Amino acid sequence: MTSTANEIIERRACISGIGQSDVGRRLGRDPMELTLDACLGAIEHAGLTVADIDGLSTYPGPMTSPPGFSAAGAYDVMDALRLNVGWYNGGLETSGQLGSVINACLAVASGLANHVLCFRSVFEGSAQGVKGRASSMPGGGGGSFRASGFMEWTLPFSAPSAAIWIAMFAQRHFHEYGTTREQMAWIAINARRNAQVNPKGIYRDPMSMDDYLNARMITTPFCLYDCDVPCDGATAVIVSRIDRARDLRNRPLRVEAVGSAIHGRPSWDQFDDLSTMANRDAGAQLWTRTDLRPSDVQMLQAYDGFSWLTMSWMEALGLCEVGGSGPFIEGGERIARDGILPLNTHGGQLSGGRLHGYGFLHEAAVQMWGEGGERQIPRDVEVGAVAAGGGNTCGCLLLVKE
Amino acid sequence: MAATDVPFRILPALTDWNREFWTAGERGELRFWRCGPCGYYLHPPQPICPQCHGKDLAVESVSGRATLASFSVNHQAWMPGPDLPYVVAIVEIVEQPSVRLTTNLVNCAHDAIRIGMPVRVVFEHHADPGGDVWLPLFEPEASA
Repeated sequence: MTSTANEIIERRACISGIGQSDVGRRLGRDPMELTLDACLGAIEHAGLTVADIDGLSTYPGPMTSPPGFSAAGAYDVMDALRLNVGWYNGGLETSGQLGSVINACLAVASGLANHVLCFRSVFEGSAQGVKGRASSMPGGGGGSFRASGFMEWTLPFSAPSAAIWIAMFAQRHFHEYGTTREQMAWIAINARRNAQVNPKGIYRDPMSMDDYLNARMITTPFCLYDCDVPCDGATAVIVSRIDRARDLRNRPLRVEAVGSAIHGRPSWDQFDDLSTMANRDAGAQLWTRTDLRPSDVQMLQAYDGFSWLTMSWMEALGLCEVGGSGPFIEGGERIARDGILPLNTHGGQLSGGRLHGYGFLHEAAVQMWGEGGERQIPRDVEVGAVAAGGGNTCGCLLLVKE
Repeated sequence: MAATDVPFRILPALTDWNREFWTAGERGELRFWRCGPCGYYLHPPQPICPQCHGKDLAVESVSGRATLASFSVNHQAWMPGPDLPYVVAIVEIVEQPSVRLTTNLVNCAHDAIRIGMPVRVVFEHHADPGGDVWLPLFEPEASA
């Protein structure tokens, strides 16, 4: 399969800087302050000033429900920093959280902006409070509330959570390929090992296989440790036109290719193949836009809102065989920091906190710039893959050191 | 199912497009919109056929038989609902397996659940001032 475009224009884009606020289970801080901490941090890290920023992109834009899911929209940050932009974008209907970054790549490639500030900010930890995640379920108040939209087809059957929807994909994968919980456990154990050496990691106590297998079940095959941890925190990255980034502080991380496709129905339960997701199409598309091959990838930072999603991304990106992610991760050696495919080296969202997609891109840049400290991958990473999302909302990027 | 056995559910908002789906259970029927010319079942409902783009649509009953495509035994109390643990399932209707329903599998021991097993519809009636609803749940076809 070849790309329909003559030029892969995302290659005109690069990551030039990253920023992240404090991260914690419940920080009790003003979410907008955290957002701006991350944004100003990224601008400074890139060696830019606020006046250099002429584009803005965010996911998912302003939302009041579920609680804490979005701390700020594009207009909020644009106004707070008094930005003058040539292009901006904020919204939920795109190729996952990284869709906002992919859009920014296209904006700089097309000349609408030179330096796009991209951010994602959450305060789900504080917003959910001690009642936890169940408190954020729609219609939990009962009364005369009636479900409509996608929820019409799930809420009446007491299936309000993505945990349940994704568990059914995982169960189908288990059925078709013989995947086991003992294999899936390695996503959680690997994440915990990495969070232990991440100063911002939320869960840093050791986790054994027994700990995993004895954890309380949430919805089969997912136990507590297969579900990410809601937190407070903001992450920002600067997407720059590469010819405007070569003289900046950091060596540009050029965008080699992106994946944004979805070919099946844009639905959780109506998607054609219940053992995979839209990442199947986004991952395949990425490899039509580069001469690099999956064997060139030296590091993967892939979404783990639920542990099985990371396995699904490994298969979607061709980093192991379709159906082969279970045997690939078993034992944990291959995905360790010193393995052939270091994975989620900050602890992912499972142990590092649910920064919702952007944490993976942030960590990819940390590693490729050698800023990982105690968690730094021991070998130099020239090619890294980043992937985020699940269900009908999936996007991925391949980064190379320029 | 006796009214006192019915768990709390968030009910769907009824519209002209979905009313037959959510209420035909009163007569024991599972009904979908279907394209007249090409025979395609539409789910969720929409005003044109996604296959032939025709508008000659009508509601028809299906057999109520389906195949279990996947499931999850839910142990988490997300909200008031059935006794824990309960089974959330995705089934594919036999007339057109691309039509899937997220539903609950009932009357089945959890260790007897098998992906691919034949199931059939059974309705759960909810009397409600906002309009009665009959939720299509599924049970193993083998159960008496």
